[in-house]
Amino acid sequence: MIIDPDVVTLSRLQFALTALYHFLFVPLTLGIVWILAIMESVYVMTGREVWKRMVQFWGVLFGINFAMGVATGVTMEFQFGMNWAYYAHYVGDVFGTPLAIEGLMAFFLEATLVGLFFVGWDRISRVAHLLVTWFLALATSLSALWILVANGWMQNPVGSAFNADTMRMEVTSFADVLFNPVAQAKFVHTVSAGYVLGSMFVLSISAWYLLRGRNVDFAKRSMTVAASFGLAAALSVVVLGDESGYAVSENQKMKMAAIEAMWETEPAPASFTLFGIPDVENHTTHYALRIPWVMGLIGTRSIDKPIPGIANLVEDAKGRINNGILAYDAMLVLRQDKDNAQAKAILAAHDKDMGYALLLKRFMDDPRQATPADIQKAADSTIPNVPVLFWAFRLMVACGFYFIALFAVVFWQASKRQLDKRRWLLKLALWSLPLPWLAAELGWVVAEYGRQPWAIEGVLPTALGVSSVTAGQVWTSLGGFVLFYSALAVVDAVLMVKYARKGPDGLGLWPPAEPEPPVATVAAHAGV
Amino acid sequence: MFDYESLRVIWWALLGILLIGFAVMDGFDFGIAALLRVLGRSDDERLVLLETIEPTWEGNQVWFILGGGAAFAAWPALYAVSFSGMYLAIFLVLLAFILRPVGFNFRGKVRDARWRSLWDWVLTASGVVVMLISGVAFGNLFLGVPFQFDDNLRMSWHGSFFELLHPFALLAGLVSLAMLLAHGACWAAYRADHVVADRAVRVARWTTLAYAVCFVLAGIWLAYGVAGYAIVGPVVTDGVSNPLHKQVAHGSSWFASYMQYPWFWLAPVLAFAGAIGVQLSVGRKNLACFIASSLMVAGTILSAGFALFPFLLPSRLDPRSSLTIWDASSSQGTLGLMLAMVVIFIPLIIIYTGWVYRVLRGRVTLDHVRQSGHGY
Repeated sequence: MIIDPDVVTLSRLQFALTALYHFLFVPLTLGIVWILAIMESVYVMTGREVWKRMVQFWGVLFGINFAMGVATGVTMEFQFGMNWAYYAHYVGDVFGTPLAIEGLMAFFLEATLVGLFFVGWDRISRVAHLLVTWFLALATSLSALWILVANGWMQNPVGSAFNADTMRMEVTSFADVLFNPVAQAKFVHTVSAGYVLGSMFVLSISAWYLLRGRNVDFAKRSMTVAASFGLAAALSVVVLGDESGYAVSENQKMKMAAIEAMWETEPAPASFTLFGIPDVENHTTHYALRIPWVMGLIGTRSIDKPIPGIANLVEDAKGRINNGILAYDAMLVLRQDKDNAQAKAILAAHDKDMGYALLLKRFMDDPRQATPADIQKAADSTIPNVPVLFWAFRLMVACGFYFIALFAVVFWQASKRQLDKRRWLLKLALWSLPLPWLAAELGWVVAEYGRQPWAIEGVLPTALGVSSVTAGQVWTSLGGFVLFYSALAVVDAVLMVKYARKGPDGLGLWPPAEPEPPVATVAAHAGV
Repeated sequence: MFDYESLRVIWWALLGILLIGFAVMDGFDFGIAALLRVLGRSDDERLVLLETIEPTWEGNQVWFILGGGAAFAAWPALYAVSFSGMYLAIFLVLLAFILRPVGFNFRGKVRDARWRSLWDWVLTASGVVVMLISGVAFGNLFLGVPFQFDDNLRMSWHGSFFELLHPFALLAGLVSLAMLLAHGACWAAYRADHVVADRAVRVARWTTLAYAVCFVLAGIWLAYGVAGYAIVGPVVTDGVSNPLHKQVAHGSSWFASYMQYPWFWLAPVLAFAGAIGVQLSVGRKNLACFIASSLMVAGTILSAGFALFPFLLPSRLDPRSSLTIWDASSSQGTLGLMLAMVVIFIPLIIIYTGWVYRVLRGRVTLDHVRQSGHGY
């Protein structure tokens, strides 16, 4: 049956909106929970009340965000079944496993401990509470690991093979799925980005208090923690982002070429286009400002390997589509005559290209009927949206370098104890608040929009993965999401601003009612 | 280690265990949410009710998330067909799952009667919607749902949202609603301040009774008014997971599996024993009462699962496309690996969940919430 293109478009739109929305909350949870763990560790080691109050105050904001993260996360799990049923059936054997393990190993722990984090202060010992916070932090990052193992497999589907009897992909080596280099690179890059975002959140709001002269000691300490953690995280985002770039160039050559707007293969070592205006119609990039060698080094870790351009990759795709049609034909033959040795041999030789034949399903029911013009059309469809990727990537990278600089300067000023005297820096920190969100969302665009037209790279085209639902049904749910998500965004923002404005002083958390413990006690706690 | 047939049976059991885990652990959260305005007459009383579940509902909900994830991984066809087929019904459930966490968290964040009343209604609605629709969905499994596969195993569904509202399915929805309201009331009787608990005792009595009546009626209707499905011809239990390789007849009895395996009768017996246990212990031995209502919930789900055996999702449109435990599972390797994960992690989950509940034990009193202001 021919797939309704409206359903495809609407389902993709809905998935993108809900994923981008979910990803507003996830990185903050990932980052701030480690900052809480660091602050609480200092509290347990020194016994100084201010650190406990810091954990409690930032914990309130964490709690508001966490609720939104949980609420919008359920949508992601539901949606694979609701809107991507053929996808769910086609890859559930492989893709579902990391999701289930995420629940068992990480999310269960995280969700069970989060309540105790809030209400446990008077019910369990200091050390027990610290352990709760640490396990909470560990579990959130572990959760990200398993989600990115699943996502990494979509980008680089290792450890699996097509089974014609069950019409789906099945696991051949779970170790390969787990130790997928793309998944590993994406995991460290993504959690580091979350740590940067969490740090910026604490940094910006603390800077606001300092600008107002409120909660001064509280805010300075918070900024120091945020700047140190943020600097380490920002460095790791860029370095590990580069690692992620290398992994992409190894297995998603088209995505790499699109990010670079590299229309033709360049002689090695390829140059990096710092700036330019990609022209999709004429397959060229105007006003390109190129830095020699850099792309070759990032993409191939060498100076003698070329990076293939878009034109070459489209030619490759044509060859793979032709092979895929052979595999598709053999599969249909085997369905009638399951002992046909010749068909078995053809399928075994070309089943890796089956997905390329499925690209034709957007245009026709039976890929075997494809004309050379259809094949050209399908091959052209493997080019993702070049200008969007080109710009999203550059903006994201620019943000990344800016974060390193900002955190470094704040860290330097904090170590000189000059933070409250540098008002320009405090203002800069305050106004930088939205940037990590922008960078994180752009990162999602580069990774997932850049994966198009594939749901699973080279295996299953996105258009084929949709459910057999009607456009009306998807309109209904999409409208519902827009309505409810907008309302929740307003409520979330209002509450966040309300509690950030109230601040530790307004919430009665600072200054503490009881005096700070005398120095001797502090020394005793610190084990001096 | 295990052969394919055993793994499929084990994963069928695990699906049931996860579902029971969800219904027992999160069911009372939904029950409390739905009864919030009935049991709690003032804001303080509602705070008491909410505080009995606030620190733990999040962990409880993971039984559901995990159930979904495990269905995706172990029964991909079941997950794909049911979620896409019952699209709008599932979307309503999803909305409830989106609004509930924010409701719990945001309600206490503003001291304003209208704000809190709004979220109380949201929580009530989320509870009722999930309890009712889960039951209606279960009811539809017995009626068979209108889907079929093509040769490439692409599923198509030929029915509307309103067709799901068959009277039998609605009755199943009532079973689920009454059962989980009773379960929530038993929790309130166990953990809430006596003022609230006394009201909960009365609610628990009536809802358990309503549950028992609906459950019996549903059983009778199933025996005399709903035709069952049966696999025709040889049953291949370790074949490839392709539903189209079998023949299915519609017209047998859903009690056939009870005749084949008489020990299945223990499930409805357990459900009734639980209901009777609630009536005997409610208001007197509150922990025992909560355990009894948990057994009632478990017994009910087992009764339904056993009747369906070996079907997961029968198709009335094209019975051959029906999903059974023998042809809708993941590959043997995936089932084995996931089993290993379950064996390692479920005991750990039970241990740390048990610890958290132990830390938080005891009644939540009105005095306590008046002192602490709002939840968190």
